[in-house]
Amino acid sequence: MAWDLDTDRPIYSQLVERLQMQIVSGQYPPGGKLPSVRDLAAVAAVNPNTMQKAFTELERSGLIVTQRTNGRNVIEDVQRIQGIRANLAKEQVETFFTRMKELGYAEAETLELLNGKHCISNNYEGEQG
Amino acid sequence: MNELVELVGVTKAYDAKNVAVNNITLTLPRGKIIGLLGPNGSGKTTLIKMMNGLLTPSQGSIKINGQYVGTETKAHVAYLPDRTYLSGGKKISQILDFFGDFYADFSKEKALEMLHSLNIDPSVRLKTLSKGNKEKVQLILVMSRSADLYVLDEPIAGVDPAARDYILRTIINNYNQDATVIISTHLIGDIEQVLDEVIFMRYGHLVLYTSVDNIREQHGKSVDAYFREVFAC
Repeated sequence: MAWDLDTDRPIYSQLVERLQMQIVSGQYPPGGKLPSVRDLAAVAAVNPNTMQKAFTELERSGLIVTQRTNGRNVIEDVQRIQGIRANLAKEQVETFFTRMKELGYAEAETLELLNGKHCISNNYEGEQG
Repeated sequence: MNELVELVGVTKAYDAKNVAVNNITLTLPRGKIIGLLGPNGSGKTTLIKMMNGLLTPSQGSIKINGQYVGTETKAHVAYLPDRTYLSGGKKISQILDFFGDFYADFSKEKALEMLHSLNIDPSVRLKTLSKGNKEKVQLILVMSRSADLYVLDEPIAGVDPAARDYILRTIINNYNQDATVIISTHLIGDIEQVLDEVIFMRYGHLVLYTSVDNIREQHGKSVDAYFREVFAC
């Protein structure tokens, strides 16, 4: 299955995000081996050079390491991976609150919704009817 | 040496009024998959034929691997034409032998392996295959060579999406880091994920030569969308 990528953003940054996600979610566990650039490029249906570039970026940001003769591995430092995971989670939360703000929800209202004090679907149907 | 193809002032005029390729100067590196894009009649096929030595430039020169296009360069360029030149009455196995006789860099094993993975029986005649399978067989023949330059003229025209995916995967899997693949097409959206760079042509002129991610970064849109903007009628 080819990866589903946005058409209006650079491919390489989307590959970085995707691989990051797969690493922090444990799909590639700490210390685990990563597929070869070529294999992964074929799976994702992207250019191997672009995949290579994404790997280089992940290496630069310290999430993966290259063993000279033995391909690439996820770093073994679990704390570091958890740290990156926490950062990604924070970004998601921020994006969520920004979107809710665009919908006209104050932060407190959004929090109320999250705590289950409101039922969104009822409100929505009420407006439609 | 990282330059694979060097075009200097390449022009092809069929007659005084009909200039198909107009003064193109361009250097292409190794190890890239490059899209050659342009509307119909923009000179893509003419340019490709000159790289293959099937047409001679009216002016300018083309070097591949540091050598002027000629008999020697043909041994290192694998070309998929926009229409077939293979005889439909021949069995696929005969065509494989034909390719093996013709090109020193052709790997019959590789071709048989790919045919096998597609469940295409080499003992059948080419004309008995569907359009999509015919196109796949021809691509397999070309990609089973270990060339420096692969030039594919419209390899995905008229095949279904699954066949297209197979063709793209075959291209990704079979080219090596020292080789470059040039793919001419106007179905940009279908292939832009596998491209490193794109060449835009219009009325025989070179309009743009840049990387796919550059276009996406600078314009915030896909190459396909950008192409439609540049070439809007």
